[in-house]
Amino acid sequence: MRNRHLGRRRIYATLGTLLALCCAALGAAALLAILGYVVVQGIGVINWTFLTQLPTPVGVPGGGVGNGILGTLIIIGIATAMALPIGLLTGIYLALFGRGSIPEALRFLSDVLSGVPSIAIGLFAYAVLVAPLKHFSAFSASFAFMMLMLPLLVRTSEQAIRSVPQTVREGALALGMSNFRATWRIVLPTARPAIITALLLAIARVTGETAPLLFTAFGSQFWETNPNSPMAVLALQVFNYAISPYPNWQAQAWAGAFVLVFAVFALSLGARLALRRAMRGFEA
Amino acid sequence: MTADPQFRRLARFVSPADRGFAAIVYAGSILFALLIVALFVELVLGSWPSIVKFGPSFIWNSAWDPVNSKFGALPMIYGTVVTSLTAIALAAFVGIMAAVFLADFAPRWLAAPLSFLIELLAAVPSVVYGLWGLFILAPFVRTAIGPALQHTLGWLPIFAGPIYGVGLLTGGIILALMIVPTVTAISRDVIAAIPSDLREASASLGTTKWETATRVVLPAARVGIFGACVLALGRALGETIAVTMVIGNRPEISASLFAPSYTLASVIANEFTEATTSIYISALIELGLILFLVSIVVNALARLMIWSVRGSGA
Repeated sequence: MRNRHLGRRRIYATLGTLLALCCAALGAAALLAILGYVVVQGIGVINWTFLTQLPTPVGVPGGGVGNGILGTLIIIGIATAMALPIGLLTGIYLALFGRGSIPEALRFLSDVLSGVPSIAIGLFAYAVLVAPLKHFSAFSASFAFMMLMLPLLVRTSEQAIRSVPQTVREGALALGMSNFRATWRIVLPTARPAIITALLLAIARVTGETAPLLFTAFGSQFWETNPNSPMAVLALQVFNYAISPYPNWQAQAWAGAFVLVFAVFALSLGARLALRRAMRGFEA
Repeated sequence: MTADPQFRRLARFVSPADRGFAAIVYAGSILFALLIVALFVELVLGSWPSIVKFGPSFIWNSAWDPVNSKFGALPMIYGTVVTSLTAIALAAFVGIMAAVFLADFAPRWLAAPLSFLIELLAAVPSVVYGLWGLFILAPFVRTAIGPALQHTLGWLPIFAGPIYGVGLLTGGIILALMIVPTVTAISRDVIAAIPSDLREASASLGTTKWETATRVVLPAARVGIFGACVLALGRALGETIAVTMVIGNRPEISASLFAPSYTLASVIANEFTEATTSIYISALIELGLILFLVSIVVNALARLMIWSVRGSGA
């Protein structure tokens, strides 16, 4: 009885496998379609002027996103400087004291935070740092980015520290090191590649982030370096140029998107390489 | 890897330097917890004037009229729900099928690069999706996808009416692309974690590989896969910039997927800096609060489901 249907079942199996293959290929094709357009439309516009000059007013040819690139670096730099210590300390806490209901609650909060939409976090930064001071600022954008980076840093540094073999730590303590020194000098350096991976991924996550910037960094036409002032950001420039009605601004949006995608992919690849090194470190 | 009792003894902090170290570690963790609590408190405080003025009817009131200070969230809730459901309907099918292929069918030389490409989709910035959606996808929906759907299924109210290009359907497709990597990556891990005994037992009964995958492995992995879909849904609900660029930004409720609409996130993105009155700002923050609460519920659900099959990852 089974054999009577075997031929049909084999056909179903082949068709099903093909369908699954098509779905996987569709995902990959979507990526290639997006990348393809970004490269084709963007590459012709990118040149040294675009990367280093200030934007020009509508109708004036030339101009670039130099201030946006600088602003992106400044805002992410400040965000990283704030997120790394908090994330690392929380990760150490969860790894060393990580049992019971309080750490479990903290893990849950961290996972919840990772799912909060970035626009809601932008509203938070606005309420804490923009509304009371009555002006937009790059620092408020850094604060929002910090909130976006934290969950990833917390959970990954916890796992990285946990995965350092117990014997390494015991060896350090047996040599008479204090727990502080053992953690600082032995455990953290061993966990470093994994933590660097997490940091690169967290930076990649915020590099293309735009929504919270609308009412924090706000944007600027000038070379702004004061974190207490509104600042230009590349992702925000891409957004504003894209929804503008002017063809040469739209062209610049594609070029800006090219730079963003390039930066984010470089960070993701760097994270993968660092992770590979981390894995090798533990095998050795 | 969990700390064993011996480790806890070793980790007891006795010397002054250790006490100081422990204090700093505690301080960092407390700061982290306080930030998350403050996020919630600030959203409630910011939306308080709107909550007091409009009450619960804010949620089912459909008027969004800033000029007369009348605010209701229903059109945005509708737009958010419809785009997200469209996205998850598309992404769940494609993503799960792709995961089955990558986990159980693809040879290694094919699985690795395909997984890599699909995961890179998650790294593409939202604003780039929006740019692509606005200039490539929206015209394609207007000239190809839309007319084709209308031609074949036009008797359905969801495919009726004029096709603008920007609208609910385009927003849904863009969101689907953005969440496919989430569905695929987690589902693939869950499928790979199913014991091979099950597959072998199934194969020994004479099933084809496809039958094993769809009737044995997928049912065994369904809780985790469902969790992956819910997690992806959470992403879709809160996604802002890409949707803002292709949704059409009109606070209206219409049955047609081709109609322009608005989402909770995109109305905040579009109108917040232009909001002039304090009640307007407060109403926008309340939309953010709704978004925040919904995303917490959805994410907590998803985590519980994924944890139940894969472990908390701690």
